[in-house]
Amino acid sequence: MEVPITIRVDGAERSMTIDTRTTLLDAMRDRLSIMSPKKGCDHGQCGSCTVLLDGRRVVSCLALAVAHDGAEITTAAGLADGAELHPVQQAFVDRDGFQCGYCTPGQICSAVGMLEEAKAGHPSHVTDDLTGPIDLDDAELRERMSGNLCRCGAYVNIVAALREGTAS
Amino acid sequence: MIPFDYRRAQDPADAVTAVAERPGAAFLAGGTNLVDHLKLGVTAPDLLVDVSRLPLDGVESLPGGGLRIGAAVRNSDLAAHPVVRERYPMLSRALLSGASGQLRNAATTAGNLLQRTRCVYFQDVTTPCNKRDPGSGCSAIGGYTRYHAILGASEHCIAVHPSDMAVAMRALDADVIVLSQDGERRVPLADLHRLPGDAPHRDTVLDHADLITAVELPALPMARRSTYRKVRDRASYAFALVSVAAALELDDGMVGDVRLALGGVAHKPWRASTAEEHLRGAPATVETFRRAADAELAAAQPQPGNEFKVRMARNTIVAVLRELAGAHGMGGEHR
Ligand SMILES: Cc1cc2nc3c(=O)[nH]c(=O)nc-3n(C[C@H](O)[C@H](O)[C@H](O)COP(=O)(O)OP(=O)(O)OC[C@H]3O[C@@H](n4cnc5c(N)ncnc54)[C@H](O)[C@@H]3O)c2cc1C
Ligand code: SF4
Ligand code: FES
Ligand code: FES
Repeated sequence: MEVPITIRVDGAERSMTIDTRTTLLDAMRDRLSIMSPKKGCDHGQCGSCTVLLDGRRVVSCLALAVAHDGAEITTAAGLADGAELHPVQQAFVDRDGFQCGYCTPGQICSAVGMLEEAKAGHPSHVTDDLTGPIDLDDAELRERMSGNLCRCGAYVNIVAALREGTAS
Repeated sequence: MIPFDYRRAQDPADAVTAVAERPGAAFLAGGTNLVDHLKLGVTAPDLLVDVSRLPLDGVESLPGGGLRIGAAVRNSDLAAHPVVRERYPMLSRALLSGASGQLRNAATTAGNLLQRTRCVYFQDVTTPCNKRDPGSGCSAIGGYTRYHAILGASEHCIAVHPSDMAVAMRALDADVIVLSQDGERRVPLADLHRLPGDAPHRDTVLDHADLITAVELPALPMARRSTYRKVRDRASYAFALVSVAAALELDDGMVGDVRLALGGVAHKPWRASTAEEHLRGAPATVETFRRAADAELAAAQPQPGNEFKVRMARNTIVAVLRELAGAHGMGGEHR
């Protein structure tokens, strides 16, 4: 079944006709040539396809495009303000939060979403007091980012970047 | 993936009708399990009826002190809900121990309850599996059993239900509200999931066009002191080998009341009723906790390769009860 959909990606409205089987990830990469979200596992296990969907981080490989007609999507490529990098992006650069860079757009979108969740007071699996304030120490950052795998093992520097990102 | 039609349901009744009319139709919520299965070929519906946007996304307090959770409430929102954090911490903790931040933002209450087993053979269409392909055999028996059942399994299937949330809801005696063409009915969560028996292809008692609209938690004041512990192969982002949801109420050094359920050990969230019986009215000591856990696990029938889970379950039950008793200043080694 072919269906017309319209989504906004990084501020630009994009219309297309898609097969209902198309995931949001494939719609972006194969139909719109938006290459920032990466396909790692295609099964929700690695986080490299993470985008912000209506402001919340999700994996785009398990989202059907047809189910998100009308959605507002932000990829890592859409986070910068002109030539000015988003603070989380800048922190990844400053702290060497990557090696090959394949997982990085997903890490960055995930981090931006994660920081919003923490700001809203959402606890995590490692939060001792479920009703207390959130202190994003390293254990919290690692737990909250566990949905993003890095095959290069840049985790130590990713945590360092996020420590910086949380300070700003 | 075979082609399928897609339709956004207008309201719950419309969703039920649309699925009832097509034997090959399925409800779609967050898609984090279903879309995976479409890709793997585990299931091949010819129509997806999207229920993720139905107005079933509220969390409301009930007059008697309970809580009604809409079927489309996202797992992350439920875990962070102030009432859940305060009154049902085991549910918050169970949700937060599952999947990842990204997945919890998409996954829904109903989808979580109805997610299917992570048995590797079930997910691999090249291998026999009675659950996926009835009568084809069970590849797990005599195979890789680390993530398989030690309680309530059958010679036809030894899979476990993978949900963390459901284990907490089982301990909390939740009810599931189901809409069908015959109207609305209430299914105790205790009866929702089945043991495999000779029909492992049926995970639950639900029929084809049964739509879950909500889950209701009873008021359970003792649940304020409750927790969820999950033992797994890595510290985060992994399914449970064994998990324990528990609430404990002490009365002058004795166990007043207790709720105990296990995950990762059976085809359904496993309520440890035998252990609960041993605990009620007994002194809140490590000895009691051990005896209760042993009594529950006396029925365990592990597979070659997962014998370790019996001990793991026992130790986790004891550790969780000690933790909860410790919060009351009880349950120490010397009492
Ligand atoms: C990498 C990965 C790791 C994970 N780790 C964990 C974990 O550690 N612990 C854990 O508990 N879970 C884990 N999960 C599973 C996750 O919790 C489920 O995929 C999710 O909860 C399913 O919810 P959904 O809304 O996306 O459901 P969907 O995928 O949309 O649907 C799942 C099933 O429910 C049916 N359905 C949906 N809504 C309704 C309704 N209202 N009425 C009737 N039927 C309905 C669908 O037809 C389908 O059969 C993991 C998933 C992934 C991909
Ligand atoms: S344990 Fe159940 S799900 Fe796994 S292969 Fe056997 S029949 Fe299939
Ligand atoms: S590609 Fe989506 S999670 Fe791996
Ligand atoms: S930087 Fe290479 S995978 Fe993360």
